[in-house]
Amino acid sequence: MSQIRIKDYADEARIFYARLFILSIVILILVCLLLGRIIYLQVMNYDHYVTLSQKNRISVLPIIPVRGLILDRSGAVLAQNFLAYTLEIVPDQAENVPDLLRELGKLVQLTPKDLKRFTRLRKDRKGFESLPLRHRLSEVEAARFAVNRHRLRGADLRARLQRHYPMGSLGVHLVGYVGRISDSDLKRIDKAAYRGMNYLGKLGVEASYEDILRGRAGYEQIETNAHGRRVRLLDRRKPRAGKNLYLSVDARLQAVAEQALGTRRGAVVAMDPKTGGVLTFVSTPTYDPNLFVNGIDEASYSLLRESPDKPLINRALAGQYAPGSTIKVFLGLAALEFGRKASKRTFCPGYFTLRHSRHRYRCWRKSGHGSVDLRRAIVESCDVYFYDLAAELGINKVYDFLTGMGFGRYTGIDLDGEKRGLIPSPEWKRRIHNQPWYPGETVITGIGQGFTLVTPLQLAHSLSFIANRGFGMQPRVVYAIEDRANKVIELLKPVPSDLNPVKNKQHYDVVIKAMTDVVHGPSGTGRRIGYNAKYKIAGKTGTSQVIGIKQNEVYKEKNVAERHRDHALFVAFAPVEDPQIAIAVIVENGGHGGSAAAPIARKVMDYYLYKVLPQKALGVTPFVAPPEDKVKKRQLGRG
Amino acid sequence: MLRTDQLHIDWPLMVGLLTLSFISLFVLYSAGGEDLGMVFRQVLRIIMAFAVMIAVAQVAPSSLMRWSPYLFIGGMILLLAVWGVGVIGKGAQRWLNLGLFQFQPAEIMKLAVPMTLAWLFTKHPLPPDLKVLGLAALLLGFPIILVLKQPDLGTALMIAASGLVVIFLAGMRWRLIGLLTLAAAAIAPLIWSHLHAYQQKRITTLFDPWADPLGSGYHTIQSTIAVGSGGIFGKGWLNGSQSQLEFIPERSTDFIFAVFSEEFGLIGVSILLAVYVFVVVRGIYIAYCAKDTYARLLAGGFALTFFFYIFVNIGMVSGVLPIVGVPLPLISYGGTSMVTLMAAFGILMSIHTHRKLLSH
Repeated sequence: MSQIRIKDYADEARIFYARLFILSIVILILVCLLLGRIIYLQVMNYDHYVTLSQKNRISVLPIIPVRGLILDRSGAVLAQNFLAYTLEIVPDQAENVPDLLRELGKLVQLTPKDLKRFTRLRKDRKGFESLPLRHRLSEVEAARFAVNRHRLRGADLRARLQRHYPMGSLGVHLVGYVGRISDSDLKRIDKAAYRGMNYLGKLGVEASYEDILRGRAGYEQIETNAHGRRVRLLDRRKPRAGKNLYLSVDARLQAVAEQALGTRRGAVVAMDPKTGGVLTFVSTPTYDPNLFVNGIDEASYSLLRESPDKPLINRALAGQYAPGSTIKVFLGLAALEFGRKASKRTFCPGYFTLRHSRHRYRCWRKSGHGSVDLRRAIVESCDVYFYDLAAELGINKVYDFLTGMGFGRYTGIDLDGEKRGLIPSPEWKRRIHNQPWYPGETVITGIGQGFTLVTPLQLAHSLSFIANRGFGMQPRVVYAIEDRANKVIELLKPVPSDLNPVKNKQHYDVVIKAMTDVVHGPSGTGRRIGYNAKYKIAGKTGTSQVIGIKQNEVYKEKNVAERHRDHALFVAFAPVEDPQIAIAVIVENGGHGGSAAAPIARKVMDYYLYKVLPQKALGVTPFVAPPEDKVKKRQLGRG
Repeated sequence: MLRTDQLHIDWPLMVGLLTLSFISLFVLYSAGGEDLGMVFRQVLRIIMAFAVMIAVAQVAPSSLMRWSPYLFIGGMILLLAVWGVGVIGKGAQRWLNLGLFQFQPAEIMKLAVPMTLAWLFTKHPLPPDLKVLGLAALLLGFPIILVLKQPDLGTALMIAASGLVVIFLAGMRWRLIGLLTLAAAAIAPLIWSHLHAYQQKRITTLFDPWADPLGSGYHTIQSTIAVGSGGIFGKGWLNGSQSQLEFIPERSTDFIFAVFSEEFGLIGVSILLAVYVFVVVRGIYIAYCAKDTYARLLAGGFALTFFFYIFVNIGMVSGVLPIVGVPLPLISYGGTSMVTLMAAFGILMSIHTHRKLLSH
């Protein structure tokens, strides 16, 4: 029953116009939609998309500044930079890292150490980072790699400035070293200041003057296309090179001191008492800082860390020792200052007892010194005199005076990691040990034993108060900063220590006279270094007990294991009339101060005052003094 | 002397199309990296396309209607040939190499499908009954399936749009439209599972392009950045950093709108849209003036399909529609699609200029 429909043209047209109208409305809506979307993008979110398009095309490449040099007082280079080829791998770009390493091994020498370090880095770092595989490629190796580069995807050569310490282990505890920026470093440093940099100062001057040595990174703002290729340079800021540091330390003097200590453990700190400039700063044993620059390997590090000689410890700065008899010169000053006459005598029968006690505090000379005054007590280092003196003054006065002389507090040296030492007091003992103070503890404080701890640096610093007869300077290792860009050298002004416990200057003369007799007097404990000296030395020997000696035991060096022998100490300044060098020497387990430590001090002073070299001179370049008008004086506080 | 009305040119349409062609040359010079050779080749194409348009305009709509089914059959044969070559060659195949030049048969279907549908509906009373609609569905479905097989989603979509518009204009009943919409919604998941993985990704990417900024999201992100960073006034001709530095992929073809809006900004976009809308409105007007069903359906179909191209392309570049290979009509660099498009405009002109002659 099909129905035959006939075309109704009018009706068809009507339907068509209706449909056309509907679609026109739809078009209108869609045009508005498109326009709305374009307005949304181009007007409402314009800033957002402009930023994105800028980010797209502009990349900022840091230009690494040249790190400042570290030079000694005469311009000998202690830390420098040299251009080295480093072979680096971006693991993500390599097809197969083990294969790549095998191929590279055929072109350049890869030690198991290199591979181990690389494996460790690969574990720690992200795959798209460029990781060093081999440092310091030779020219031949670099060329061999360059020829084969096309088939070694993921590997590339980088020319990088690398830190180098041309004098090796010399003064390592002073100069320090740089090392790779570690994860823990990243948490404390300002990352923006280190853009593109791999190293930072980890120790010594390298760490303490990091901000001055580092310089400021420059950048290149370049336009890149979608493939990351450089199209053109938009902007460039030159990097500002790090400033050079001139140390007051003399590299040759440093070498003299290190050689004098030899294989023994110990420390030598010498400073110019008038300026506080540190002349030599030795801690032995030393080690090669160059090991640390590219990340030390595990084996070498554990060797250093686990050595019983503890080479990593900076004995000069952070080694804390009982001062032994060297404290006597300071206590002698204290006695005078608190009104005890220099001529007042004490009888030394070879031991000292406190009233109401049977405990004998022994003098080092078993037979006793007889009747001694202050001068003889210092010259012959009579223990009984100082037991008596300390007991008479009482611990509080001893504490006040020694603290006033700079002990038990930071010297303010421009190196990080300084230790404070310790001058005990009843208050301290109660706080730390929760125990009362015993009179016997005052007695042994008189000869620098018991709780008292000092660093070699503190000894040299405090001694300079005596050498200068009343004033002292904060120790400084850096004396000038050279800005290579402006060719300006700033001399850093010496900073005085605000300590001055001695009111009467004449008291210094008494002590200095006694100290001179220690070296030059016929019965002085340091007389073996004085007999042929062309100049006058004021000194004091010391022996610091490592193990306690029981009441009736006799200490015999031969019977005691080397590690348990006493530490030998010697402090001195010279020339007495116009002191130019103040020095503190400690030789661990060296025995007597007069025989072990004093000769080292003599060698250092000989070289410093008269350029007498015990050994052949080191090959160091002479320093050309900067023109006067370029020198700007400035005081640099400790950051 | 030859009078212009004897040339069968519709001047308003002509002016609109010429304007678009000029804009095209300017944008291409910038998008092509200031390659004059490219601009020259486009000039040749434009001349050829206009020649085709004017030639087509000379053919009376009655002749066009008569030829419609044959054009369709010819197109289908070519499509099948392409498919066959593709099967033998075991790979995607869109082009037919005719020795002298390459030819994309799917382009013919952009014209043949609406023409054949208009022919079909003219032969039957409207609104079309189910039998006619079924026939129309077959005429529409076969070429679409073959083009999808190539696979060329963009062209398939354009053919589908042109056919559906004609069916809609023919007066397909609302109830049926509603039912089919429901059915389409029901089988949508089925279609989804039949899409290629890359096609699925293009759609999912639309909702979160930043999920894969260097992979599937790259096109959308970079083109929206280009559009957005153009601002109101644009970065200036030849100064679009996104385009000049090759962040925009296919910047002279499918993504040329990104280059345009980056360099000319909202003002440029508004002018371009206005020209487009003018052309579309003129097309609609021609459909409105047309005197018979075939002319009406065809004119309306072409005018609206033309708008559909514009909408899909701009929507895709500005990140509101998924990425399908639809060029920006008359602006994008490319040959075949421009020739087909201009042939369609030729038909529009023919419809409008033969109207007076028919009324005699």
